[in-house]
Amino acid sequence: MCRIGAIKSLNYFHPSKALHLMNSQQKGHDNSGFAMIMQDLGGMFADYKDKPTISLACTDEGLMIAEEILNDRGFRQVFQWTPQTTWKPGMDIKKMPNYVFRTFDYPEYCKALPQKDREELLTDTRLQIRAALEKNETGFVYSFWPDVITLKEIGDPRDIGTFFGLWEPDDSFTAKNITAQCRQNTNYAIVRYAAHPFFLQGYVTLTNGENTFYQKNKEFQSTLHPGYIGFESDSQCFLYTMHYMHRQLGWPLQYYKHIITPLPFEEVVKRDDREELLAIRQSLANLEINGPNTIIGTLPDFTMWVVCDAKKLRPIVVGQTEDTVVFSSEVCGINEILPDRDWETDIYPNEREIVVVDNNLEVQRWKQ
Amino acid sequence: METVKINDLACNDLPWKVIYDTKRCTLCGSCVAACTFGAIKPKVERRRKSFSDTETPEPKISFSATPVITQVNILKQFCRGCGVCERVCPNNAIRSERNPDSRFTVVSQALTGASPKRGGRNNLEVQARTLDTIRVGRISQMTDPSLDAQRHTFDCLAPFGRILPAGKLPLATGSDGKLVKNGQTPPVRWIYPVIIGDMSIGALSWRMWEAVAMAVSYLNEECGLPVRMCSGEGGMPVRLLKSKYLKYVIMQIASGHFGWNRIIKAMPHMVEDPAGVLIKIGQGAKPGDGGLLMAAKVASHIQAIRGVPKADLLSPPNHQGLYSIEESVQKMFLSFNAAFKFRVPVAIKVAASATSVSVFNNLVRDPYNIVGGFFLDGIDGGTGAAHDISLDHTGHPVVSKLRDCYLAACAQGRQGQIPLWAAGGLGKTGNLAADAFKMFCLGANGVFTGKLILQLAGCLGNEHSRCNACNTGLCPAGITTQEPLLVRRLNPDRVAENIVNYFLAMDQELRKLMAPIGNSSLPVGRSDCLVSTDKAVADRLQVQYVC
Repeated sequence: MCRIGAIKSLNYFHPSKALHLMNSQQKGHDNSGFAMIMQDLGGMFADYKDKPTISLACTDEGLMIAEEILNDRGFRQVFQWTPQTTWKPGMDIKKMPNYVFRTFDYPEYCKALPQKDREELLTDTRLQIRAALEKNETGFVYSFWPDVITLKEIGDPRDIGTFFGLWEPDDSFTAKNITAQCRQNTNYAIVRYAAHPFFLQGYVTLTNGENTFYQKNKEFQSTLHPGYIGFESDSQCFLYTMHYMHRQLGWPLQYYKHIITPLPFEEVVKRDDREELLAIRQSLANLEINGPNTIIGTLPDFTMWVVCDAKKLRPIVVGQTEDTVVFSSEVCGINEILPDRDWETDIYPNEREIVVVDNNLEVQRWKQ
Repeated sequence: METVKINDLACNDLPWKVIYDTKRCTLCGSCVAACTFGAIKPKVERRRKSFSDTETPEPKISFSATPVITQVNILKQFCRGCGVCERVCPNNAIRSERNPDSRFTVVSQALTGASPKRGGRNNLEVQARTLDTIRVGRISQMTDPSLDAQRHTFDCLAPFGRILPAGKLPLATGSDGKLVKNGQTPPVRWIYPVIIGDMSIGALSWRMWEAVAMAVSYLNEECGLPVRMCSGEGGMPVRLLKSKYLKYVIMQIASGHFGWNRIIKAMPHMVEDPAGVLIKIGQGAKPGDGGLLMAAKVASHIQAIRGVPKADLLSPPNHQGLYSIEESVQKMFLSFNAAFKFRVPVAIKVAASATSVSVFNNLVRDPYNIVGGFFLDGIDGGTGAAHDISLDHTGHPVVSKLRDCYLAACAQGRQGQIPLWAAGGLGKTGNLAADAFKMFCLGANGVFTGKLILQLAGCLGNEHSRCNACNTGLCPAGITTQEPLLVRRLNPDRVAENIVNYFLAMDQELRKLMAPIGNSSLPVGRSDCLVSTDKAVADRLQVQYVC
């Protein structure tokens, strides 16, 4: 079984917290990888919040390919961070030659464009780089978006933390939102893209669960948006569904639950909004999950949320203090990083609610 | 001594032989009275017996006149093997036996110059059924535990009606952050995924049709299963048209438009909308043929409902006003949608064919969003009457064609927009739940069934040419006849009870299949949970081959 976690704070914090959050639950996952997405960045990235940062792991050849594409499109590099890596014999990590985190200024020609068009340009560019790197497996591009950094690697998460120097907190590499997970894909082939969390245009999801409607989700999503690709993990579908609903259709967050885990018909017909709910259910029947799942996610405005499905076989706990909210598969993870909180206020979300945390750390529980 | 008259019809030319045991027969006459076809008759045989009544053999001869039951060798009255004689005989003195040396096909055409007809089904199928090579093979184990079939809530419903893509739904976000519908959407009804398929009130006896209608009402009103039945072509009793139970009936219109005069006249008096309208273009058992109701079955109440004299009723092979799919969409679908003010879904039924995907593509791309269902009927479907040649040599299996249509929809991102309903031999082995479930996984939203319902009523026919005399009006079970004496053989309450019980059992069985794959709603298009032990089937249907 998988373990997932997320931290949202009023203050910038170092990813070592995410490592501690996940390490305490290590008996529940198989220590086969570490992946995290940092959003709302602080430290050295704080001055570049409006400029896209690329997160890339690649060979030298892959780096040249990516640079060429970015150059051709007119992106101008304004900042770069290269993690100081420490490798020792015996470490369990399948390292790549280069880990690239570079921030760019938009090309001149698109500075006057509406925000949405610039965002499409970022996605097109990332997809082009991804396709180019896939040819000879020269690298992996995880995100290319403002205020976002993605790190994914295969191996023991403790060694990955040591390799990237993430165990020692500092003020230069921080964020207000971090989502993390410590397990490589076990259902299908081990591919870096298959590791949660997944990212698309500001949306993030990570999942503990099983998507029994994977094939239906995948067949339907493949035709909806050029960014809905890969499908290396059945959980990527949940990201695409959120993206489709929230960004493409412009529907409010609360309807996500009605799409992925619709209410039984016998309950829907008793509700005032049955016409809307039935219309949604029948039009998006192919995006239902129908399997045990807990999904954590963030929206482009950094709102963090969690849902679990009606089968409720995947645990999740939400713990909080005045300045931090933590989502964790196991309560021991929260105990590790918020030892002094009032545990009586911990939330164990039920299968019919969405727990939503906004940027002021106001925690809301919405009933489906 | 008899001369050999080789060109006369003999009983051993016929498909069934009547086996009769004089010694067991009590001459009660039940068999002769029960045989609706007149295939047996009493006669007197001259018997010769030699005997001796002295201590030493002194053979004597005696002749006697012995009454017996015998098979008739008249072409119109040939034995259908229905077995009613055997059922009624108190002494097991008579039965029919299939004649492997039958010359029937040859002699019947040679003697009449006409094409033989029958009702019922395709009897040439000898190979294994496709669905029987498929198993539900993706069983939830540790990662996604199976559900509890008894305790979990299952949503076993299917849509009937045109479904808009999400981006076209008329939804706006209100001031409270909720989506509010601010426009019209096509009508969609969520119904039980098994429809009792279109058998007309002319094809069925009034008691049989009434029994189906009773069963459907009971399933809805008492069992909470929203099962729908389709009227078939031929209208409906006016009393039903004006009753609240109309909401459980999908009204069919076919090329003969039979019964629609009365339906239209009843429209102002309807207190409920019908469940839907089904435009029948073709039928799986006899694709390319129109409906056929032999004069023998056009009883007075059928004449009244359809507004016709007692004559063979042949629907044309196509709708005379329609010359293209686009035209059909614009004319027929729009007319029927408008007739019920766009409150009632309108669907189409076509015979599975090499061209089904083209038809489906045209409909799914229609810009008016008014085609509310694509009913695909395969070769193994039943029929009230058809030419043998059509039944035996035309048609297309439904399984691969249904899959083709679903995959065509997927390729366009339009899966689910026109719900797919499939039929044609489903439940042939008696288990409809298994067949239906596999069809769902291959992409069907639902299935429809007719022949199985007749089996539940006591139909004696089978896939091995037994009976299949639905066309004659002489149905020995009282199911497909309008002869009052025969109709009374059928107990409509018992038939309704059988149908209700079967649906309840089937509903349990569907859950027993959904639970192990961990699904609480119908797994439409989940071909990943199917495996096939036949490589060719696996490849054709794009499911996993296993061995």
